[in-house]
Amino acid sequence: MNNQSIKLEVGGSTACYTVPVGPVHPALKEPIRFHFDLDGEQIVGVDIKPGFAHRGIEYMGMRRNLIQTLYLSERICGICSISHPLAFTQAVENAAGIAVPPRAQYIRTIIGELERIHSHILWAGVGAHELGFDTLLHLTWNVREKCMDLLEELTGNRVDYAIPIFGGVRRDIPAEKAPLAVEALGYYKGLLDQLVDTFLHDKSIEMRTRGIGALTYDQAVELCAVGPVTRAAGVPKDVRQDMPYLAYADMDIKAITPRDLGVEPTGDVYDNIIVRLLEVAQSIEIIEFCLENLPEGEITSIPKVPALLAALKNAEGEGIGRHEAPRGEVIHYVRLVEGQDEMAAWKVKAPTYSNLMSWVPKFLGDEVADIPIIAASIDPCMCCMDRVHIADETGTTSEKTKAELVRLSREKTRRICG
Amino acid sequence: MSVTIAQAVWQGLVILFGGTLLGMFYKGLDRKLAAQMQGRIGPPLRQPFFDVVKLMVKENVVPDHAVGWLYNLMPLVSLASVATLLFYLPLGGYTPLLGGYGDLILILYLLAVPSLAMVVGGFAAGSPFATVGAQREMVMMMAYEFPLAITFLSIAWRLSAILPGQPVFSLTVLAANPLWGLVGPIGFIGLLLLFFALLIVTPAELAKIPFDIPEAETEIAGGILAEYSGRNLAMFYLGDAIKMVVMSSLMVALFFPYGLANVFNVAGVWGGVIDVAFFLVKVFAVIFVAVIAVRVGFARLKIGQVTRMFWLPVTGVALLGMLLLTLDRFV
Repeated sequence: MNNQSIKLEVGGSTACYTVPVGPVHPALKEPIRFHFDLDGEQIVGVDIKPGFAHRGIEYMGMRRNLIQTLYLSERICGICSISHPLAFTQAVENAAGIAVPPRAQYIRTIIGELERIHSHILWAGVGAHELGFDTLLHLTWNVREKCMDLLEELTGNRVDYAIPIFGGVRRDIPAEKAPLAVEALGYYKGLLDQLVDTFLHDKSIEMRTRGIGALTYDQAVELCAVGPVTRAAGVPKDVRQDMPYLAYADMDIKAITPRDLGVEPTGDVYDNIIVRLLEVAQSIEIIEFCLENLPEGEITSIPKVPALLAALKNAEGEGIGRHEAPRGEVIHYVRLVEGQDEMAAWKVKAPTYSNLMSWVPKFLGDEVADIPIIAASIDPCMCCMDRVHIADETGTTSEKTKAELVRLSREKTRRICG
Repeated sequence: MSVTIAQAVWQGLVILFGGTLLGMFYKGLDRKLAAQMQGRIGPPLRQPFFDVVKLMVKENVVPDHAVGWLYNLMPLVSLASVATLLFYLPLGGYTPLLGGYGDLILILYLLAVPSLAMVVGGFAAGSPFATVGAQREMVMMMAYEFPLAITFLSIAWRLSAILPGQPVFSLTVLAANPLWGLVGPIGFIGLLLLFFALLIVTPAELAKIPFDIPEAETEIAGGILAEYSGRNLAMFYLGDAIKMVVMSSLMVALFFPYGLANVFNVAGVWGGVIDVAFFLVKVFAVIFVAVIAVRVGFARLKIGQVTRMFWLPVTGVALLGMLLLTLDRFV
């Protein structure tokens, strides 16, 4: 990010050595590079270099028609495979002025919240693994299967659900499938106390997570952290609460902070666990509400794909779609030009991009042993985030200063805006 | 000694191979049981054998920055020292092969050698991960060696008061005279505390979760072992397997040396077979309690937490055990 790594003075001692972590390291599930300056076991400086998972998705998307790009957007990330399409469809619907029937909005919400449940449980397992607690990893991932099974039952797929389409959803949730969902939700409800007990009251987990990777309220606000990371620091920020969309407007959604469990927020790893576990409970409530109040009617406003493509081709305008993904707010910006199959501009901003900088205060002052769990605490998703890779003709990478990056970004913006 | 050289050699080979096979068997059992407890299927029992065979045929990479001879020597030193330990263990009721040539103090030193070899090998590897791992291993040793020594010495010292003139530091004498029945109620409690301290030291000595800090896969990518591969890694692997048998055998010899042959009134060969089989079961029981159950039930601790834990509570418990044993002598 920065050419100069940020240093923390420890007792006037400057004798430290650098340990590289990544781009390939067991603590990281996806490639990113850290340089840690260490004083003994203590981290006194950290430098973050992202950009290893850049695949040119936006470029590809701007060379396909919108329905092809919808499927591409699903493949930005395997875990957020409904979050990106949800934000993307909203952006395109905003730009083209397409209405979405209420039933479709509810179905989108249900799938989105199911994704939150499996994503948070997946994160909890990864966190346990980073702490060296593999038993918990295997047990939580075992529990996660129920949610994956339900998703497969409802959508036909475990990972890429292919549910939203511009103007609605592609598949209905028929009445006979609803009991399956109710049963799975009941399963998680019964399990929740056990999960909370295992993660929050286990002595060895508490020893490894309390006060580790702390992020203050001010830092979270200043660094524009999003999602569970910012909520763990006590900032009640949640797109579903602040700017309700889909079915969320019909519910009274409150951003979850550790205060809901009577814990004063410090933004540490422990608080991150609290927020994510409570959000699983919140998601269960949301899905139950949606299933009970599922409106009757159409599931899409333009059912015929050729008609939809024609409508999109004739649309002109720009739109923004935002969704509270499990990891935080994801924003898609889309600009459509009349008479053109493909988009004129597509910008994807994934939650990890916003949370990246909160790593720095989280790492400083903690120990080498805390690196994996702090890295995991923001639930990073590099393939969602990486939108830039700088290399010259020979393929060698180089570093750019902030001023250069600003100039390059402005040039690109002018280029795509014509 | 009435043992001829030829006898000593073949007995030595039997112990060496037997101990190694046993170590690998227990390792396989450890992996299988841990997997079952974690809700996984786990590898077949033979997996450690496959692993060693595969490592043996793989390339032995020496990093460019490594001090080559030191780096290659240390796995050998580690394996040799744990293999030597096998000759001091009273297996069932049998007298160890080298029983007359060394005592508990030597065993304590030999137990420290594999860890020291790993430290030197880690530093010699010249990788930052291995260096961090080696530093951690050193700190770990400083943390757990003290309660370990207290436990061993207190027991031998208490026995010296009961059996004056006997070589009480010999493991054979220790195993032949279990303290539990020889001390009063205060001493019994003291012994219990020492047993508890040794139970906590065992996973640390073997570098298993929650004390696998020098290797910490997710933090420092295998730490000390990060750069080791092929034959060298296989030797460390075998050394680890044997050390597991050694540590739990020591525990059995010090605290549960009882045999079953006398209980069933079986003498001769079958008595020996029963005793050896019972000994193996006891060793497994110790491994199960001190290694498998612990590594399944805990998260990895941090080096600072481990040091505090061993220096204060564990050393405290061991010292209290020693104090109670001392009191027991004068009551």
